[in-house]
Amino acid sequence: MIVSAQEAVSAVKDGDTVLVGGFGMAGMPVELIDALIEHGAGDLTIVSNNAGNGDTGLAALLAADRVRKVVCSFPRQADSWVFDGLYRAGRIELEVVPQGNLAERMRAAGAGIGAFFSPTGAGTPLAEGKESRIIDGREYLLEYPIRGDVALIRAHVADRRGNLVYRKTARNFGPVMATAATVTIAQVSRIVDVGALDPEAVVTPAIYVDRLVEVPS
Amino acid sequence: MSLSREQMAEIVARDIPDGSYVNLGIGQPTMVADYLRPDSGVILHTENGMLGMGRPAVGDEIDPDLTNAGKQPVTELPGASYFHHADSFAMMRGGHLDVCIMGAFQVSATGDLANWSTGAPDAIPAVGGAMDLAIGAKQVFVMMTLFAKDGKPKLVPECTYPLTGRGCVSRVYTDVATFAVGSEGVRVVETFGISVDELITRVGMPLVPSPFD
Repeated sequence: MIVSAQEAVSAVKDGDTVLVGGFGMAGMPVELIDALIEHGAGDLTIVSNNAGNGDTGLAALLAADRVRKVVCSFPRQADSWVFDGLYRAGRIELEVVPQGNLAERMRAAGAGIGAFFSPTGAGTPLAEGKESRIIDGREYLLEYPIRGDVALIRAHVADRRGNLVYRKTARNFGPVMATAATVTIAQVSRIVDVGALDPEAVVTPAIYVDRLVEVPS
Repeated sequence: MSLSREQMAEIVARDIPDGSYVNLGIGQPTMVADYLRPDSGVILHTENGMLGMGRPAVGDEIDPDLTNAGKQPVTELPGASYFHHADSFAMMRGGHLDVCIMGAFQVSATGDLANWSTGAPDAIPAVGGAMDLAIGAKQVFVMMTLFAKDGKPKLVPECTYPLTGRGCVSRVYTDVATFAVGSEGVRVVETFGISVDELITRVGMPLVPSPFD
């Protein structure tokens, strides 16, 4: 359960879909991404809210040419020059998904839901190619789950079993991604003994967590 | 006199019912927070997982784990709560959020909203939470200048930019007038330094005059 970042990311294979937590840099598992770059797996599909900021974290993974496709809600930012360059050069695929649908599609994957109808995006260009249905007079789009081979997330504290608590808005996609991948790897600031976390305060139960990496902050 | 950005923010703040749960979009809508009365009971939602968001963080308050949807550092107020992304958007989609305030490129006569893409061929598409907010919040208020830099009205019979949501906008706050969008069409609620006749001429579409004019 408790391993080094290098051991943890050895689970990632060429061609995998990797869910990467974080909203901008809040909750981004930077050390796990650094280890993934070192590990060398490529041809990856990355699912994350953004497509990298600055030159570190996800941006560094993109710059290392390891990513075939990005699935995200908001790739274009003031400091997303790495993604912008790759996209304009036609070297990376992009699937833009509204932020709520992105979260819910991963939630569906983790909860065993085959597909669901969402009102978000109906009547917009993002509805193109999607099945739609009128329910109670309102149009909904059929959305399919997004499942990851591996999830890389950052939480605040874990116990040795893998129960997780988060910190403030760094929680964001972590709890949902933890449920949606075959192998979930959590980077945490601190690992405590079993019994040291208040069970009422646990946000991600250990059943969803496969590997823990302690990165003191 | 047309309104400054600050004056627009003040007018929007005045129209938010006390005790509402409100999401302020990135950019100009963020300024509305400066004009909410401390005793209004308005609780701010940020889609990256927080209710009870406080003012921007400064100095020692800055915490990289506590940001708003624009990824700027913010503070937390007593009674705040944190939640994950699927919950945050279920809150919108489920109709629990009272008001959302957003900017726009265009709003149509039937309340269609276009604010995520100009459709330019070289633009990198990025939607964020705009589509979810547009269809989720009970009321969508738009804040924008009424005319684009080239002088074209942004209140239009039909949007020419790609849509964010259909029929979702209920009010439009601009620098020269405030509009209510409803079943009777677009009604002029208030004007600032322009007559209703001039407004109709410049916008070039039918507007329902305010009953107070």
